[in-house]
Amino acid sequence: MTGTLPETRTVVVERDFAHPPEKLWRALSEPHLIAEWLMGNDFRPEIGHRFNLQGDWGGAIDCEVIAVEPGRTLSYSWNHVHDDPDYDLTSVVAFTLTPTPAGTRLRMEQSGFRPGQKRAYGGARAGWPRFLDRLDQLLVRTG
Amino acid sequence: MQQTQDLIFKALSDPSRRAIFERLCRDGDQTVRVLTAGSGISQPAVSKHLGILKRAGLVRDRPEGRQTHYSVALDALAPLDDWTVRMKRFWQGRFDDLDDLLRRMDQ
Repeated sequence: MTGTLPETRTVVVERDFAHPPEKLWRALSEPHLIAEWLMGNDFRPEIGHRFNLQGDWGGAIDCEVIAVEPGRTLSYSWNHVHDDPDYDLTSVVAFTLTPTPAGTRLRMEQSGFRPGQKRAYGGARAGWPRFLDRLDQLLVRTG
Repeated sequence: MQQTQDLIFKALSDPSRRAIFERLCRDGDQTVRVLTAGSGISQPAVSKHLGILKRAGLVRDRPEGRQTHYSVALDALAPLDDWTVRMKRFWQGRFDDLDDLLRRMDQ
């Protein structure tokens, strides 16, 4: 874990859902529905609206709506300020809905920025117990 | 990458191996004998666990005299710690829940 990490990273997750775009849009834009699959929130589909996503770990993600095109695209910033660089994150999430014969293809693209860092030996070692806790949770979830 | 992750997950899925690994993280370089003391398992069992951890790239060994010293490979967990891997898992899980929600919305 030495050296400088790449500064920007993108995650793309795409899936075909057997439901029409209008329905997907409701799930992506109505707060009580967003809470059902993502996180508790005070979202409003208005450009510039600032809201939080409440994580189940007790923390919150700071968001601001960047783009709203009902039934087609939704994008908001997804920022998490944290002392630990592993958690500190400035990113943008963009959802794109494309109608398909069977329903809708949903594409989620998250482009993130994480400051490059050099990890000292001591720092890496100190970070491991916490990482193992996370790994435990991951094993429970994927087990 | 996936294969490396599977090896790491398998290696750490065993509580005894995780205990050995955590001890090496905490205490640094150790011999098999020291690791066996107080572990509640036999020395051959500890050696076997160390072999599995070593194949997963989680520990390194270094012969010194008649003893072999083990230490954690500090960059071993990097494949799991990758932000994109974590976020991808996160979103795949969210999409599973989204699919469940969409089904419920029909009712």
